[in-house]
Amino acid sequence: MYQTKYHKPASIDDAVAALAVAEDGKVLGGGQTLLPTMKQHLASPTDLVDVGGISGMADISVSDGCLTIGAGARHADVAASSVVRDAIPALACLAGGIGDPAVRSMGTIGGSVANNDPAADYPAAVLGLGATVVTNTREIAADDFFEGMFTTALEEDEIITAIKFPIPSSAGYSKFPNPASRYAMVGVFVANGGSGARVAVTGAGQDGVFRADSMESALSSNFSAGSLDGTSLDADGMMADIHGTAEYRAHLVSVVAKRAVTSAV
Amino acid sequence: MSDGIGARVERKEDKRFITGKGKYTDDFRVDNQAYAAFVRCPVANAKINGIDASAALAMEGVIAVHTGPEMKEDGIGDLITGWSITSKDGSPMQCGVWSPMVTTYGRYVGDAIAIVVAETQAIARAAAELVELSYDELPATVQVEAALADGAAQVHENVPGNMIYDWEIGDEAAVNDALAGAHHVTEMRMVNNRLSPNPMEPRSAVAIFDEAEDHYTLYTTSQNPHVARLVLSAFYNVAPEHKLRVIAPDVGGGFGSKIYIYPEEITCLWASMKTGRSVKWTSDRTEAFLTDAHGRDHVTKATMGFDANGRIVGFKTDTLANLGAYVSLFATVTPTYLHGTLLSGCYDMPAIYGNVKAVHTNTVPVDAYRGAGRPEATYTIERMIETAAREMGMDPAELRRKNFINEFPYQTQVILQYDSGDYHKTLDMAEEIADVAGFAARRAEAAARGKLRGLGYSTFVEACGIAPSAAVGSLGAAVGLWESAEVRVNPVGSVEILTGCHSHGQGHETTFAQVVSDRLGIPVDNVSIVHGDTDKVQFGMGTYGSRSGPVGMSAIVKALDKVEAKAKKIAAHTLEASEDDIVIENGEVKVAGTDKSMAWHEIGLAAYIAHNLPEGMEPGLKEAAFYDPLNFSFPAGALICEVEVDPDTGVTDIVKFTAVDDFGNIINPNIVEGQVHGGVTQGIGQAMLEQVVYDDSGQMITGSYMDYCMPRADDVPSYALDHNATPSPLNPLGIKGCGEAGAIGSPPAVINAITDAIGNNDLQMPATPLAVWTALQNVKTSMAAE
Ligand SMILES: Cc1cc2nc3c(=O)[nH]c(=O)nc-3n(C[C@H](O)[C@H](O)[C@H](O)COP(=O)(O)OP(=O)(O)OC[C@H]3O[C@@H](n4cnc5c(N)ncnc54)[C@H](O)[C@@H]3O)c2cc1C
Repeated sequence: MYQTKYHKPASIDDAVAALAVAEDGKVLGGGQTLLPTMKQHLASPTDLVDVGGISGMADISVSDGCLTIGAGARHADVAASSVVRDAIPALACLAGGIGDPAVRSMGTIGGSVANNDPAADYPAAVLGLGATVVTNTREIAADDFFEGMFTTALEEDEIITAIKFPIPSSAGYSKFPNPASRYAMVGVFVANGGSGARVAVTGAGQDGVFRADSMESALSSNFSAGSLDGTSLDADGMMADIHGTAEYRAHLVSVVAKRAVTSAV
Repeated sequence: MSDGIGARVERKEDKRFITGKGKYTDDFRVDNQAYAAFVRCPVANAKINGIDASAALAMEGVIAVHTGPEMKEDGIGDLITGWSITSKDGSPMQCGVWSPMVTTYGRYVGDAIAIVVAETQAIARAAAELVELSYDELPATVQVEAALADGAAQVHENVPGNMIYDWEIGDEAAVNDALAGAHHVTEMRMVNNRLSPNPMEPRSAVAIFDEAEDHYTLYTTSQNPHVARLVLSAFYNVAPEHKLRVIAPDVGGGFGSKIYIYPEEITCLWASMKTGRSVKWTSDRTEAFLTDAHGRDHVTKATMGFDANGRIVGFKTDTLANLGAYVSLFATVTPTYLHGTLLSGCYDMPAIYGNVKAVHTNTVPVDAYRGAGRPEATYTIERMIETAAREMGMDPAELRRKNFINEFPYQTQVILQYDSGDYHKTLDMAEEIADVAGFAARRAEAAARGKLRGLGYSTFVEACGIAPSAAVGSLGAAVGLWESAEVRVNPVGSVEILTGCHSHGQGHETTFAQVVSDRLGIPVDNVSIVHGDTDKVQFGMGTYGSRSGPVGMSAIVKALDKVEAKAKKIAAHTLEASEDDIVIENGEVKVAGTDKSMAWHEIGLAAYIAHNLPEGMEPGLKEAAFYDPLNFSFPAGALICEVEVDPDTGVTDIVKFTAVDDFGNIINPNIVEGQVHGGVTQGIGQAMLEQVVYDDSGQMITGSYMDYCMPRADDVPSYALDHNATPSPLNPLGIKGCGEAGAIGSPPAVINAITDAIGNNDLQMPATPLAVWTALQNVKTSMAAE
């Protein structure tokens, strides 16, 4: 039988301790990915360490041109937060477009980023904004964090505590949902800031979220949808499944990137 | 009477459904309850060499593990087919043997191999994973078009070339002649995509063996509990009919998939006897995708010929139908007598020929799903006529009008005789509501925004009210398709209707009560409907094929006739009047033209007190009737779909959907509209979203909602509906049936609209953004080539 012990520590230290002694412990965020996986018997951790009870884990604040969102912040909270809406409206909008109301009320930013699903929305924002992933032991730059489908730079039992987003002068996110799952079939996050434009693409790449260099250089010289005319992505390296061929996804990236730029504020 | 026929009475059953108080099979927790899980075939074709259950049996809480060969030893029968089809060369159809659990070969992913019975559902499921199978994987045949190919893997040894039957209808020579002389010929290949029925409630069974009474009870998700009992006893040898009670309590949708008696129910009953425990099994969603009977899965090549005036001269279809690994209960009739007989559509066609080859593949069985054969026929006809109009440069509505059947009854070239209809007026009404006149302007406005607008029609007719018993018997059915009713008037005048139909979403508790209310003038609250329990209700055939209205309600009317006749005799006797002068109005039984009357409840009381009944009359007021329909009924309609396609992404937005239907007389417009909404939404699902995909090894790719796309509220528009009723002359209420029409008529309207928008007729369902975008690229490529 599948037995799992549930822990709800009050501090990061307690969480780390609980994970250290567990035979096969897992951090539990909102459970929107982990619990379905367990129900299907695809994962069977001996211990679940719920980080939702740690104080400060869901805080959202702005200081020094940086928006910090606690790893435990729920998608619905990020979507509704006036702090987020003022600082990076595109991020609030992205969170409001994840899954359905039930998923948004439970799912957390930390869980989504740690999971690094190749079709998840948040990784596009984290990479597109050049954010920093803060853990219990260190800070990891977005460019070093995402290592391919469902893999990240996180060590075993390392806990994400917050994500720090530098506030850009403008940013936009546009998502072409998979008709069935409504995860991103192509999602493009664009940000325009001091050091030029960044473009991160989720849903499309075989290795998960990635930056579109040619689009970044086009947008860095002129941040407008028109400057993306003529840029295109190679179908090689794109995912292909029953919902979209590699060619279709490559084409959609261009369309969706333009929409993201047009929506940028 | 405000609750009578035609009133928008609120559904009586909705309070319990909407507040979560419905009682479904899985809600029954009985004494001695144990739980089952099935070990299933992991590959599409395998020879099972051995089953090692020792690890599972060692697990705490596991009661037993049983397998197919043990069932066979106990004399449990193989699954049967309810309809025999004869091939065009006169030979009988060939079907593979389907045992409730695998004896040697597993033939699709999900085929049941062993049952694990345990103290909890979690233990049963965990233990099932510990049952070790040793097997040799064999080559599989998966896709329908591969089944008849030379060298295709054989699904069953006794079905050579995987061909179940090669059936035909109509006159091939006449059609060939007509096509040879035609002024214009349209040809197309169309795929009718494979669908998973997805009722909200998954299948479930609670089997209870009472050793002391030597009696079985089965709670199950069934659309036809009496048929289930008959088949379980007469063919599967589970128990004699009088020692088996089948109860189908609240059932959360069926769409056809709960007509059939599946291996799991049979096995749970047998396992209950084996273990001495009550055995409950409830499917999870992935199990439902893998094992519920699928629908459609046809590939059709069609040819339609026209004369210089646009009149159809001949129509020919060549269809491959995938029936899956085994022949499910009514699988054989769906592509034949429910499909081929509809090939005339609502058109006067002088020559028709249909050929259907049904094949086995290593996939889950395919059977009737909302519409069953009629959506496939309608899709073929309606895409052909629309495409032909485009090819001939004609208005698609005008081409239809030229060919509409104008006089009824109408004898088609393919067996059926249509009862009544007014296809011209229905189409006129739909064009008016859809504002077809303003379409050109809307298209131009959309083009200015960079969007492609298109308009598509579907004018369909279908056959409901299944079905006249002798007629279906002559075509191979193993059963008759009449229906039964019993009307019990209680001593206080309230009424109980016992019906052999089964409500799993249709609203019978409301509409059936309205019929009584209309006749007797009592409120619907004073009428209750009893169904779904073989111990309570007389034998009946259940609900499917839009039959509960035309057939089930007609049986109620017949029984009410008898009740009324007796009530009038009692009133005449009590009021000292002539029986001929008695009328029943507004809950009163009166002597016409006088103030002498009895309240309805006084009649009930008089009948049961029985102190003063006419000489020789039996006490009580309860009558039964069996009604066998004279013919099918033929609902028809005109649907118009307007779409806007985003050429950058291939995303289609349905901006307007108009449906004008002829359902004959309507008992409750709310419920009828609800049926149309649900049916059209399912049709839009088929046209744009849904498709079961197996990879070439036979693994299902669309085994969850992550990949199988169900329609959501924001995928469909707000529907514009109206009705043009031509009552059926063939049943007492003049009704035709409305449960399937939406799903039957809508897919071609959607695809015709999209193909109109993109300027490419070469588009298959589901028209996903990918498919539409690809079709648009093909237009660009072919334009560049020119
Ligand atoms: C129906 C449905 C629809 C969805 N649609 C979308 C969608 O459109 N777009 C989208 O992006 N996502 C979607 N999701 C996923 C959803 O956003 C999840 O919430 C998210 O992927 C995981 O977050 P969680 O908090 O639920 O994490 P959990 O499920 O609790 O955990 C996921 C993984 O992250 C680890 N983890 C969790 N928190 C931390 C932490 N603080 N530090 C380190 N590791 C951690 C866990 O150990 C686990 O491995 C959907 C989910 C469902 C069920």
